[in-house]
Amino acid sequence: MAGLSLSNLKKTYGKVEVIKDVDLEIGHGEFVVFVGPSGCGKSTLLRMIAGLEDITGGELRIGDKIVNQVQPRDRGVAMVFQSYALYPHMTVYDNVGFGLRLNKTPKDVRDRKIREAAQILQMEHLLDRKPAQLSGGQRQRVAIGRAIVRQPEVFLFDEPLSNLDAALRMDMRMEISKLHQELGATMIYVTHDQVEAMTLADKIVVLNAGVVQQVGSPLELYNRPANLFVAGFIGSPKMNMVEVSVETAGANAIDISGPAIGRLSLATEASGIVLGDKMTLGIRPHDFQQVPEGPFKGTVTLVEHLGNETMVSLKLANGEAMIAALDGDTTCAIGETVSLDFNRDKVHLFDSGGQRRG
Amino acid sequence: MAAVAPTNQRLKTSLRYLLLVLVGAVFIFPIIFMVVSSLKPDGQLLRDTASIRAFLPVGDISLDNYFAAFKRAPVGLFVFNSLLVTGITVIGSLFLCSMAAFAFAFLEFKGKEIVLSLIIATLIIPFETIAVPMLMVVNSLPSIGPDGLTWGWLNSYQVQIVPFLADALTIFLFVQYFRDLPKELIEAARLDGARWFQVYSLVIVPISGPVFATAAILKFLAMYNQYLWPLMVTQSEQFRPVMVGLQYFFQLNTAWGEVMAYLSLITLPVLAFYLFLQRAFIASIASTGIKG
Repeated sequence: MAGLSLSNLKKTYGKVEVIKDVDLEIGHGEFVVFVGPSGCGKSTLLRMIAGLEDITGGELRIGDKIVNQVQPRDRGVAMVFQSYALYPHMTVYDNVGFGLRLNKTPKDVRDRKIREAAQILQMEHLLDRKPAQLSGGQRQRVAIGRAIVRQPEVFLFDEPLSNLDAALRMDMRMEISKLHQELGATMIYVTHDQVEAMTLADKIVVLNAGVVQQVGSPLELYNRPANLFVAGFIGSPKMNMVEVSVETAGANAIDISGPAIGRLSLATEASGIVLGDKMTLGIRPHDFQQVPEGPFKGTVTLVEHLGNETMVSLKLANGEAMIAALDGDTTCAIGETVSLDFNRDKVHLFDSGGQRRG
Repeated sequence: MAAVAPTNQRLKTSLRYLLLVLVGAVFIFPIIFMVVSSLKPDGQLLRDTASIRAFLPVGDISLDNYFAAFKRAPVGLFVFNSLLVTGITVIGSLFLCSMAAFAFAFLEFKGKEIVLSLIIATLIIPFETIAVPMLMVVNSLPSIGPDGLTWGWLNSYQVQIVPFLADALTIFLFVQYFRDLPKELIEAARLDGARWFQVYSLVIVPISGPVFATAAILKFLAMYNQYLWPLMVTQSEQFRPVMVGLQYFFQLNTAWGEVMAYLSLITLPVLAFYLFLQRAFIASIASTGIKG
């Protein structure tokens, strides 16, 4: 097992810079998830670690070895692809054992390792089949099995569950998590699904346009997003954003006002906020409560009953849209006017540059 | 109305089959004519061409023309030469062209697209225009044999094989096929520890049956049907292939029955090769391991 160190890592295609000075430390046995919207560079970064993409600049270490110029096979990594990438002409047994065959592992050792992996992934009965005879979930197991037998220092997963249906995706997610606990290996996982990111990761790396936006534990990212991008990307439904201006700025509190909320007082320890600053107030949908009279008043445009909670979409008087996650037994009808208050301890304040201020 | 639809469908199917039978007949009749004529004496053969009898094994039927053909020319030697030259060229060209195409499809190197474009551009150059310069080149190449080092490749097998080991059409066919293969398979193999040649031999070749079969058939036909080049480079009977051998039957008096017998004999390897690869072609169409 090994950790990874990425310093000033860059990738350009011609003049287009797709990975911009990425610095990242990944510890031994950590489960790190790269998350971000399509085209943010997360898969490219993973492929650079795998050795499938050249590194334009910077330094990549796996363990204590610089691997910028090292061939993929010599990096001690194994990768699970979104498309599974199983060899169609080989049986499951041969697919799983292909890497061992190439590195000339003795036949008996190879056989033992293949059967062990098959046992871990509960696919002993599939060993004689060809990929075409397997379901999507089974193919994914084989792809993971192929990675396990090589006992790599680092496992790389490139959106491995995207092609599975919702129920299977949840099962496989739990299996990957279990696998991580059993093997204790370093795992890097790319996804655009933030639920996967939140549930699997020890550490999440949020990327946008080739730039690392924030690195932290799932709860850190959820509770203290570093900027507006992370605030908007992590959490479902999305955080509500309201434009406000600072009316008074004290040492421990500020007054803000905006067309959507009127005037409000918030406790904050942020320094450097001055009168007249334009800011964005972020409130998570789950931090709202329905009250007889509150700062937000709007007309209900959509009600979604999920059982344990009810998602209520509102249109405020100034035309802004907002979403609140209220109690499951909330009853309100489309067109009705409701009033909402929010948990003042859990608000997020961002300056005009989009950076967190409180 | 419900009863009309199946009748219409049956009619459509019947018409489709009729059309296919007609097209099939256009292709099969020359072969039937050739085989049937090879069994008839010349006089009857020429008389029958005026009627449907030309396609029917009727009248004075025998294998005499076959025995005569073997007497008139060393048919066995010609077939052997052709099969040897064609076989080695097909195998060599499949190997070399698929490797070249593998490089063009999967490896990154400077000038790749330009080199590929130049190779493909050679498709438009007719062989006749380069035949003479090629003759001069092969005539000045060294060769080591029982007589030590000699110059010139004329009258040999290698002169019929080496110039055709790589060709633009075969490379182009492979490149097109390889480019459509999922890139992840190659990446997975590389991560599994495969070197480039192992990626080629253990992953790409086994899943490329259709293109290997197609390229083999095309190359086989092109090589087996070679006439101009072997005529230019083989003056000795010992190295001559079947097509050049055909001229033995047009010397002095043309014996059409013997010509037909000779043609029937030399067509057999082509048919056998095609049928063999057709099976391989169908067997190799397997679904890929990539999620579609």
